[in-house]
Amino acid sequence: MNDMSNKWIGARTIRPDGADKVTGRAQYSSDYNMPGMVWGKVLRSPHAHARIRGIDTSKAEALPGVKAVVTAKDIVEFPLDKSVMLGIQDMRWMCRNVMAREKALFHGHPIAAVAAINEEVAAQACALIEVDYEVLPHVIEIEDAIRPDAPILHEWNQFEGKPSNIAGTMVLKAGDIEKGFAEADLVVERTFTTRPVHQGHIEPQSCTVSYAADGRVTIWSSSQGQFMVRAMTSLLTGIPQSNIRAIPAEIGGGFGAKTIIYLEPVAVMLSKKSGRPVKMVMTREEVQRATGPAPGSRMTVKIGAKKDGTLVAAQGTFYLQAGALPGSPLRGPVGCSFAAYAIPNVLSVGYDVVSNRSKVAAYRAPGAPHGAFAAECVLDEIAEALGLDPLDMRLKNSAKPGDKAIYGPVFGAVTFKETVEAIKHHPHYKAPLDKNPAPGVKRGRGVASGFWYNAGGESSVQVNITEDGNVLVTTGHPDVGGSRASIANVVAELLGIDHARVNVMIGDTQTIGFSNLTGGSRVTFASAMVATASTEKVIGQLKERAAKIWNIDAEAVKWDDGMALPAGDNAGKFPPLSLKELAAKANEMGGPIGTQVQLNTTGADPGFATHCVDVEVDVELGIIRVIRYTAAQDVGRALHPGYVEGQIQGGVVQGIGWALSEEYLYDAKGRVDNASFLDYRMPVCSDVPMIEALVIEIPNPKHPQGVRGVGEAPIVPPLAAIANAVHDALGTRFYALPMSPPKVTARLEEA
Amino acid sequence: MTKMHVTTTINGEPVEFLSDPAASMLDALRGPLGLTGTKEGCGTGDCGACSITVDGRLVCACLMLAVEAEGAEIGTIEGMAQGDHLHPLQQKFLEMAALQCGICTPGVLIAAKSLLEKNPDPTEEDVRFGLAGNLCRCTGYDKIVRAVLETAAEMRSAA
Repeated sequence: MNDMSNKWIGARTIRPDGADKVTGRAQYSSDYNMPGMVWGKVLRSPHAHARIRGIDTSKAEALPGVKAVVTAKDIVEFPLDKSVMLGIQDMRWMCRNVMAREKALFHGHPIAAVAAINEEVAAQACALIEVDYEVLPHVIEIEDAIRPDAPILHEWNQFEGKPSNIAGTMVLKAGDIEKGFAEADLVVERTFTTRPVHQGHIEPQSCTVSYAADGRVTIWSSSQGQFMVRAMTSLLTGIPQSNIRAIPAEIGGGFGAKTIIYLEPVAVMLSKKSGRPVKMVMTREEVQRATGPAPGSRMTVKIGAKKDGTLVAAQGTFYLQAGALPGSPLRGPVGCSFAAYAIPNVLSVGYDVVSNRSKVAAYRAPGAPHGAFAAECVLDEIAEALGLDPLDMRLKNSAKPGDKAIYGPVFGAVTFKETVEAIKHHPHYKAPLDKNPAPGVKRGRGVASGFWYNAGGESSVQVNITEDGNVLVTTGHPDVGGSRASIANVVAELLGIDHARVNVMIGDTQTIGFSNLTGGSRVTFASAMVATASTEKVIGQLKERAAKIWNIDAEAVKWDDGMALPAGDNAGKFPPLSLKELAAKANEMGGPIGTQVQLNTTGADPGFATHCVDVEVDVELGIIRVIRYTAAQDVGRALHPGYVEGQIQGGVVQGIGWALSEEYLYDAKGRVDNASFLDYRMPVCSDVPMIEALVIEIPNPKHPQGVRGVGEAPIVPPLAAIANAVHDALGTRFYALPMSPPKVTARLEEA
Repeated sequence: MTKMHVTTTINGEPVEFLSDPAASMLDALRGPLGLTGTKEGCGTGDCGACSITVDGRLVCACLMLAVEAEGAEIGTIEGMAQGDHLHPLQQKFLEMAALQCGICTPGVLIAAKSLLEKNPDPTEEDVRFGLAGNLCRCTGYDKIVRAVLETAAEMRSAA
């Protein structure tokens, strides 16, 4: 199956959902409506931190046109002393995130919700809800939140025996860190900060929900997992999963943000109370204020090296902003920052810090870009101090197969070096760069690498042969970036039929078996593996049918190029039977042809990436522009190269935004001051150059097509690569992101 | 508030609808008119997902009052293909994987079509500035820009 002469695997086919998406017919979350539908709206906290002493909804309920009001009383409460986990999400925090309970913990925290005949009446009703707040002092930044005298968000949370905003820690160790630093010829220690950044999906969160008279619930919403929507809604409303049908709408971007829910349980309770279907759509402002960004961070990284560049010790201390409720992605920086390197002595420690801002959610390689920013900038500084080429230093220190990874397992394949070499030998890295192209303009080049775990997990895939001999594949994973096209390629290849005869759809929670989230760079890996198993079963059925027709053993039939052929002693004795012919005879020869395979997939080897970037700095205005970018990554096997390149290009540009322009700004009252796409500055088309994706294909031996996850690794190196390039241009190192014009000019004036 | 009667043309067809005087064109399209291909990403004119044309001019539907459609010629994504014959930009976006999630795609296509009508031979820079009002968070813009440039070249050679 890894044969590069494959017809469909590796082909740039047209995606099954494509025509609907370019004609406006594809149904995204907020495109659904129901007969008799009413509109839901959330009342949000005007305070960053306040005790809720009471909520009086009577005036809102009395307003004509109002159909229902819900508060935290209507959402299942998970007591603080007992953790109930769904995946990585703790329901104690989820129930308090969808509706504030004891306290409002951030500006924008949901306090109550209203369903009314239209959005205007719902908004009027929200304004009539009377909330008795005891306003409390708030805290936003990490350094303020960990001070001994900081306002405490959760009085029950203790750290080192005292109430604290540090809600959790994670420690990974190898060797003897003190001994390691003692052996080093050079030790570099630096402290870095990054700001929270939003995933920036263009489609706001929304849902349409029907609670029917018999207690059955239907949810239309876009998410990164309809089964997550079902399970979380069930936990937060007390409705059994069997009574909840979660239908995955087309999803308008997720990047991790839609691995949790905000509106669905609230809409279910509004629908239950009102007896009407309810639609809720967040505004962009609500998305920016109240849904989870990636955490901000404060990190100290110390690395020790020998004169020849051998790394002997690495220490990382990573504080991540969880937002108002615990749960920042510590395993990102703690586990990934040093993982690509064979370093004998490592101490990596993470702290989960709560403060009065919206609860973080996953964002592409959660936590890993932060750690890589710190570690890869320190490595650059070491290479510079030792007079080594930064890529050569990475090659020298690459982890090897059989090494024990800092996060536990023993590495199988390690394809890090291949990504470094791809950049080293690429014309970009060798191209001359005019470092002073004009007065006041400086240019520089930087490199950095990145690591992501990748993941397997649960997937279900049905393959059904239609009566006319074509193929319908159903998977349980929302398709965020072209996964249907990849699966169509795999099934067409295995069956030996034209790609256009395979249609792929996403099932809902009542039509396909359990499938875990679209996240962690797992979907193409897992669903291709399960689609392969499912298709192979179907091919087995087809061979059995042919054997029955020919009255020979099924083992004496082979499947080739879309047809059953008699093999071995029977070769040539019967004319081949095509898929169409077998489908036409299906019922008389044993019934419908099709199957569902459900697996907990394993074997997702990690992803490695190395990037090279050229920047140009306008010294007077402080504007940094990326003028050339090359990103190398081992993808195992690109089932659909167009969407693989697209993952890399998209991840890089998100990284460019993180490095240069994106950040949350807060005012003195703890309110987000830039909750719009105008003021929260994501890269636009004219900000960036073409992004060259160097797709390296070293097949993953644990996957039938050799696939490795792709989606997350591309966002890991850009932050450091760009900072290293800026240093090359200016001779100044930036330890804080974003390197936005006011910060660059301030820094240059300082110098 | 009393609704106002609006007579307009959408994708070449005569349309009448009633609108709240404060409603945006985006609300009218996605609501009473049922044209949900025009998307809402921000409601403040910053993302371009609701790009439409009004008398040939590129407009964010969220920044226009629905009643301003009176007597105008409106173009939306639903009118871009001729029956089952896709516009060359639509076809090229599919061939070149210039969309991932697809939520920005209707707006990008409308903006790109508008750009090529004004400038059939754009440079990469022309395309990048022409589409600077359309946020895409998935693709990094690379394949979008290439698809627009390639479509422009094909349309010129076919003309």
